[in-house]
Amino acid sequence: MSEHQVELMVNGKPRRATVEGRQTLADALRVELELTGTHVGCEHGVCGSCTVLVDGAPVRSCLMLAVQANGRSVTTVEGLAHGANMHPVRQGFYECHSFQCGFCTPGIVMTTAAFLAGNPSPTEHEVRESLAGNLCRCTGYQSIVEGVQRAAELMREG
Amino acid sequence: MRPAPFDYVAPTTIEEVVALLAEHGEDAKIVAGGQSLIPMMALRLARPAVLVDIGGVDSLQHVGPGSIGAGVTQATLEREAPHPLLAEVLPLIAHPAIRNRGTIGGSIAHADPAAELPAVALLCDAELVARGPAGERVIAAVDFFESYLTTALAPDEVLTEIRFPTHHRTGFAFREVSRRHGDFALVGAGARVTVDRAGDVVDQRLVFIGVGSTPVIAEDASELEPSDDVHATAAYRKHVAGVLARDVLLTARSRA
Ligand SMILES: Cc1cc2nc3c(=O)[nH]c(=O)nc-3n(C[C@H](O)[C@H](O)[C@H](O)COP(=O)(O)OP(=O)(O)OC[C@H]3O[C@@H](n4cnc5c(N)ncnc54)[C@H](O)[C@@H]3O)c2cc1C
Ligand code: FES
Ligand code: FES
Repeated sequence: MSEHQVELMVNGKPRRATVEGRQTLADALRVELELTGTHVGCEHGVCGSCTVLVDGAPVRSCLMLAVQANGRSVTTVEGLAHGANMHPVRQGFYECHSFQCGFCTPGIVMTTAAFLAGNPSPTEHEVRESLAGNLCRCTGYQSIVEGVQRAAELMREG
Repeated sequence: MRPAPFDYVAPTTIEEVVALLAEHGEDAKIVAGGQSLIPMMALRLARPAVLVDIGGVDSLQHVGPGSIGAGVTQATLEREAPHPLLAEVLPLIAHPAIRNRGTIGGSIAHADPAAELPAVALLCDAELVARGPAGERVIAAVDFFESYLTTALAPDEVLTEIRFPTHHRTGFAFREVSRRHGDFALVGAGARVTVDRAGDVVDQRLVFIGVGSTPVIAEDASELEPSDDVHATAAYRKHVAGVLARDVLLTARSRA
């Protein structure tokens, strides 16, 4: 069993941790770095609740080892701000009440932030497709689709 | 749910990868994107004692029209689409967050019978280049997929490169049916059609996924012998395979 020193940028700040080889990035974020905003549901890649950005691109943090994130830059839901204000995705979700229990929310927010960065004016169909990899057991998705569309509007307004 | 403990090693050259596999034998496992292996380790269906991460091996990262390094991510291939068939197929694989990590070599070496990239390898007559203790060998795609999650690769071999031969006056097409976009396909079909100068078809190939223990080359869907599972009946799969086959043949023909 190997142990590793990892150094990574998390939400813009340099962080270090000692991790076991088998520790996932999700685990390291939550346990070693105490960033519990990243939720862990299925732990095998299916639900999307653990989605974070690594070097700006969304990944399942339960399917990446913490040691593989060494030297990389990680953004979690805690780091998703817009200056002093809420990030437009969080604002859009807040306005449209895009959650009930909130368990899926951090993963959906991170997935949506990356999706809208690449597609600022999506159709409703594209929004639904973008959510296909994230499971929500509560909302029925309608309010999430509305939240993503509102977020896109807010981002276009700047 | 945690993987069983293992030693993690991250070599930077292919020679080191081969040496590590030779040293640890069946106890070692390569990890590329981890998008199939880490779930299996979390569920303890795989418990390697040594995990050899090939993500830091630069020589596996090239992308060109005739050759793609095994370590290239599915997201990179989607962006650069060095082959027209890849542009059509990549968006069907899982979700962006998975394609950002998952690799072409990992998908082909994993050999899920419902996966798209093994079918692409068969449609394109790709050559799969493997490195082991005895050096390099080239395996034709038609000889590569042996059974469910089982390939011609030996445990001490690493897939390094996928070569795509050039096909003239040839069109390709791929379509699949899945429950939701990004789920593994219930059934998929791909076609390759070559025409002569007069525009008459001189060669064609059909490949089906989700209908057997490997991707299947067949003359038409009536030859297939899919099985029932919780997602769909065999009869449904066979019917859909026939509909998709007709569609991809016509599309490939129009692109030739
Ligand atoms: C929710 C979900 C949905 C998915 N949906 C689809 C889908 O619709 N279609 C699809 O095709 N796939 C799908 N996948 C699988 C995904 O495409 C994987 O990325 C791919 O199957 C494996 O690639 P990888 O690089 O992640 O390989 P890994 O998981 O790292 O490795 C897989 C296997 O291949 C071996 N291996 C990897 N690279 C090499 C190499 N260079 N040489 C020798 N052996 C090697 C490993 O030892 C391991 O046994 C899905 C995955 C998830 C989690
Ligand atoms: S916890 Fe990672 S995808 Fe479900
Ligand atoms: S709000 Fe409960 S899972 Fe989505």
